[in-house]
Amino acid sequence: MEPNLVTSIGPIRLDRPVMLASGILGISLDVFNRLYRSGAGAVVTKSLSTEPWEGYPNPTIFSVKGGGWINAVGLSNPGAENFAKMIEPNKDVPIIVSLVGSIPEDFENMIKQFEKCKVTAYELNLSCPHVAKVGLEVGDDPELVKKIVTTVKNSTNVPVIAKVGLGTTHYLNTVGTAIESGIDAITAINTVRAMAIDVETQRPILSNKFGGLSGTPIKPIALRCVYEISSKYDIPIIGCGGISTWEDAIEFFLAGASAIQLGSAIGDNWIDVFDEINTGILQYMKKKNYSKIEDMVGLAKKS
Amino acid sequence: MQRNHNHTTIVTVEKVIDETPTVRTLIFSDEVMSNVLPGQFAMVWIPGINELPMSVMISNESGKAAFTVRKHGAASTGLFNVQVGQQIGIRGPYGNSFDLKEGKLLLVGGGTGLVPMMRLLIHVKPTDDVTVLIGAKSKDEVFFEDLANRLLENNVHKVIVSTDDGSYGEKGFVTDLVEKHLSQAKYDAVYVCGPEIMMYKTVQSAHSRGIFVQASLERMMKCGVGICGSCCIGEDLVCKDGTVFDGEHLSKNKEFGNFHRNKAGILENY
Repeated sequence: MEPNLVTSIGPIRLDRPVMLASGILGISLDVFNRLYRSGAGAVVTKSLSTEPWEGYPNPTIFSVKGGGWINAVGLSNPGAENFAKMIEPNKDVPIIVSLVGSIPEDFENMIKQFEKCKVTAYELNLSCPHVAKVGLEVGDDPELVKKIVTTVKNSTNVPVIAKVGLGTTHYLNTVGTAIESGIDAITAINTVRAMAIDVETQRPILSNKFGGLSGTPIKPIALRCVYEISSKYDIPIIGCGGISTWEDAIEFFLAGASAIQLGSAIGDNWIDVFDEINTGILQYMKKKNYSKIEDMVGLAKKS
Repeated sequence: MQRNHNHTTIVTVEKVIDETPTVRTLIFSDEVMSNVLPGQFAMVWIPGINELPMSVMISNESGKAAFTVRKHGAASTGLFNVQVGQQIGIRGPYGNSFDLKEGKLLLVGGGTGLVPMMRLLIHVKPTDDVTVLIGAKSKDEVFFEDLANRLLENNVHKVIVSTDDGSYGEKGFVTDLVEKHLSQAKYDAVYVCGPEIMMYKTVQSAHSRGIFVQASLERMMKCGVGICGSCCIGEDLVCKDGTVFDGEHLSKNKEFGNFHRNKAGILENY
């Protein structure tokens, strides 16, 4: 049977398993259309807040020698209301709306803004490592995670994903709390808190000093997390962290992910990376005689 | 080993030239930046202050490059105030460059948008007939007129300045001069860089006449490498697809000349 790239992440069905990760290129519907045409199965928006955020001053990104990026863009975004107006005309592109906030009401209020929009899923950013009072600071508080997930699930019928990362609370506990509270899927992981110092000028390079490490250096860590989550819990997983080739994508499927997200690879290989990975996945499936993505998911756990 | 253009290289400013009361050129040694193509840019880190995208300016000394900056916001004022001996970080070059046509060329530059035009002038052929139009607000703000004449001394050429207030050169907007020149003679190519409304009008004037035209765009830029998305214009990313776009492409872009994005990514009218 000819293989296809269709995948299901719990209630979310996508024609292709490679998505744009949150925080990357995510502020224009025109760009979303272009990414979708280029092979992205879905696009995750920048994390939206209740009000517009300018983000941090530059430098907001640093290229690590040996591979990877450290960014502290500071969750700059036009705010949920402005963003919802922009994507209202969208009919074609599966858009996953990423939300960031401090209290359950922030999320509830933002979801109301998207009532007229075609939203494939919401992704709750519980793991941004470089902005105070949101992201990891929320993800590290189990009570708050419980309240937010419960509130969001009561506010919408659209599937809800929690994006977890490496904070002070063990991410497996955060995943457990999110599952108990009714989450539909997990994205793992976010960037990892990091920094860079210039030896000539003897200063931290990023204006925020700390940022999130992404790209190839974190791939083995992200892969381990996906494997651990899928070993412990029965929950659909989206793998994210350092994926840049089709082999990386397959590794995440084998570890238990039903879909993947990428971002840094765009900085290295530009938008063509979606098509390259899709093509590679299909060739691998033909070679191994798989007809659908699901056939591969979690296979590495058997051994 | 070849340098990775994404890694920050620290250089020392060796010379500062005051072009006008608000515009300075900072010269430094760097082999990679000394060879960039017209239209390409670098991300320039002013330690402790900010990082901003800058067109790379020519220098007449081998192995040296420069940035020409107008003090405006905190970041550009920070770069403007850099003294001889201070260090700045550079990464790049990023972006594409102008397609170099031959024949009768019209180059249009407003303010520091003249920088890529000067870089383009070092690539013109001795046989090219080149007209450079320089737009400035007033006499005080005119710069690079002598440099343009010097770079074109072996060509048939004209360098014409217009000031908004008429205090030097011709009075009025440089776009009026563009319209006048394009209606009077047949040009093979038009190149423009400057404020977006100026580029929009220039592109319209040329494209509507079927003349090849390219503009080097400027947008809010954070990463420079196609990740942050803040420099998008329609479905294009200025850092990766540009900075140079041709008139055919721009005439279909509904944001060009109409909207720009602020730091939060909200579209605002020009």
